Amino acid sequence: MRAVTWNRELAESRIRELQELPGALLPILHALQDEFGYIDKAAVPLIADALNLSQAEVHGVISFYHDFRTRPPGRHVLKICRAEACQSMGCRALLDHVRNRFQVTPGETASDQSLTVEAVYCLGNCACAPAVMLDGKLYGRVSTEILDRLIDRARSET
Amino acid sequence: MTIKVYVPGDAAALSVGADEVAAAVAREAGNRGLTITVTRNGSRGLFWLEPLVEVETARGRIAYGPVTAEEVPHLFDAGFHEGGEHALCLGPTEEIPYLKAQERLTFARCGVIDPLSLPDYLVHGGYRGLERALTMRPEQIVEEVTASGLRGRGGAGFPTGIKWQTVLRAEADQKYIVCNADEGDSGTFADRMIMEGDPFVLIEGMTIAGIAVGATRGYVYVRSEYPHAFRMLKRAVDLAYDQGYLGADVCGSGRAFDLEIRLGAGAYICGEETSLLESLEGKRGVIRFKPPLPAIKGLFGKPTVVNNVLSLATVPIILDRGASFYRDFGMGRSRGTLPVQLGGNVKRGGLVETAFGLTLRELIYDFGGGTASGRPLRAVQVGGPLGAYFPESLLDTPLDYEAFAAQKGMLGHGGVVVFDDTVDLAQQARFAMEFCAIESCGKCTPCRIGSTRGVEVIDKIIAGRDRESNLELLNDLCDLMLDASLCALGGLTPYPVLSALRHFPEDFDRPKGASRQGNGMRRPSHARPTGGPSPSAGVAE
Repeated sequence: MRAVTWNRELAESRIRELQELPGALLPILHALQDEFGYIDKAAVPLIADALNLSQAEVHGVISFYHDFRTRPPGRHVLKICRAEACQSMGCRALLDHVRNRFQVTPGETASDQSLTVEAVYCLGNCACAPAVMLDGKLYGRVSTEILDRLIDRARSET
Repeated sequence: MTIKVYVPGDAAALSVGADEVAAAVAREAGNRGLTITVTRNGSRGLFWLEPLVEVETARGRIAYGPVTAEEVPHLFDAGFHEGGEHALCLGPTEEIPYLKAQERLTFARCGVIDPLSLPDYLVHGGYRGLERALTMRPEQIVEEVTASGLRGRGGAGFPTGIKWQTVLRAEADQKYIVCNADEGDSGTFADRMIMEGDPFVLIEGMTIAGIAVGATRGYVYVRSEYPHAFRMLKRAVDLAYDQGYLGADVCGSGRAFDLEIRLGAGAYICGEETSLLESLEGKRGVIRFKPPLPAIKGLFGKPTVVNNVLSLATVPIILDRGASFYRDFGMGRSRGTLPVQLGGNVKRGGLVETAFGLTLRELIYDFGGGTASGRPLRAVQVGGPLGAYFPESLLDTPLDYEAFAAQKGMLGHGGVVVFDDTVDLAQQARFAMEFCAIESCGKCTPCRIGSTRGVEVIDKIIAGRDRESNLELLNDLCDLMLDASLCALGGLTPYPVLSALRHFPEDFDRPKGASRQGNGMRRPSHARPTGGPSPSAGVAE
């Protein structure tokens, strides 16, 4: 994840690029999260102003969708599928393993800021379960050993 | 001579190392001075064999899998680039029984062609449906789709032609085609495979829909969990614009159709069509009351066709080959083919497209080869997180909309998830309620509050507190959610719960501390004498 730190000018320019789209709010929120890794609360009035919405409306949309974060994530983001197909192939063991190793449950970031863990409900890899997504890349047939290797490699790269 | 090799670029294949395999093939060919082209096709949907590498030979395409990057030099040693023998050789791809036994109409090209090559698409029959549609009057196109018997593949099974008819008749200055690519059901991946493996078929289907009903703009709403499908589809749209298949003058016909790809944001409820429309408009994905139907008042208040990826991707072949060609497949009121997705604890998971009527047993054992763990099968969930759990005794149910409804289940989007005997159905029922609580949009009380109360009451039952009265309460709650929820999320969450109670009552009736989960035991030690009536079964009915 190569997110840059929050910067108002950059946010305003991203908003300007997209604000004329019909139904522009989700594309804008995605663009900001792609840029900064989360939606800074300072972005809310900027978006509200550009789209002629109330700040409450913008806040309401941010809080409705599971994807949007309001705090910076760790350097790496691990999404573990906990839907039925992955349950049938032991995804609970992956969640337990990550909790034991990093003391994090889904939605939390490890204290050294290296890893944020999120639960997702289906990555569409149900015939190669259990599945995880690390920094936007999908992995299938994941065991605890494979998961450790993926995480260790990612952490060593930064 | 150039050797032609195929290594899938499908997300599932990539998830088990297809990129590394493709790189190894190119590297090894270079080392040996061989001229080679590597095409990144979609997946054939034989996922236990991924990465599935194919080589073009005089005998047709020969398949090898599952291939690892480490194995690639050995494949070259064995002469795989000429179809040579090797332990991983599967013979001609089309002769693999899993594939040969299928009737691929919607997925005819998926895994065969280069998904981002328009010439490849055209050579394999692409854009023939649109070509014919452009010679027809709008009513004729709609009539063709109606006559084919195509029903919405998203889950509800509503006749596609009827929906189109409503939008065609609606008067408006702007109409829209919206493709629901928010494939959120666990156990489903067919939409993803189309978007990654044959994206032009979806673009063509949407263009035909636009021309049929008089809509000049389309949106595809892709779930954010599918970043690869999103990128592939965007590139395909750009290519279609470049070649005049989208834009102000589609194929020189003077008809306009513009298409934009939008990304969801991780809300399961946005697979519900009215939530999806709200989300596209930039709002919270809260469902709308119906009526008015989206066909009358949809996106931005305009008449809108909302169809699933598979429904739209099936339109081109119907227009190309004619309604009766498609209708001749299938059974009863379920016409045509159904792309079933087999996943979970199954040996050979993948995509199985056949005419309606295949039984669950044939699917799971003949195609799937039984459980992946080798343990006995105990339950099968069909139709995603809102679908019923079926016991072994119901596996002879044919895959057909009506047959599933008769068993208090639903086919949904065609996802089939297999569980072995370590599954605890009380925990699965609890998860169904928990999932509903996490994903509820909050608009109606039965769903918003009922799901949370459902988790609590199931917890009490599992803990053995007032089991009889709590089971009665749970059944009451399920009745209420079924009857009084505004949409399918709250309205169908009782399906997995009630089916678990009905078919697996023993899992809800266990002394404290005993658990199936993770203990690997075939049966908990307290199992009741066989054949005796279960105390909770009467309540569950």
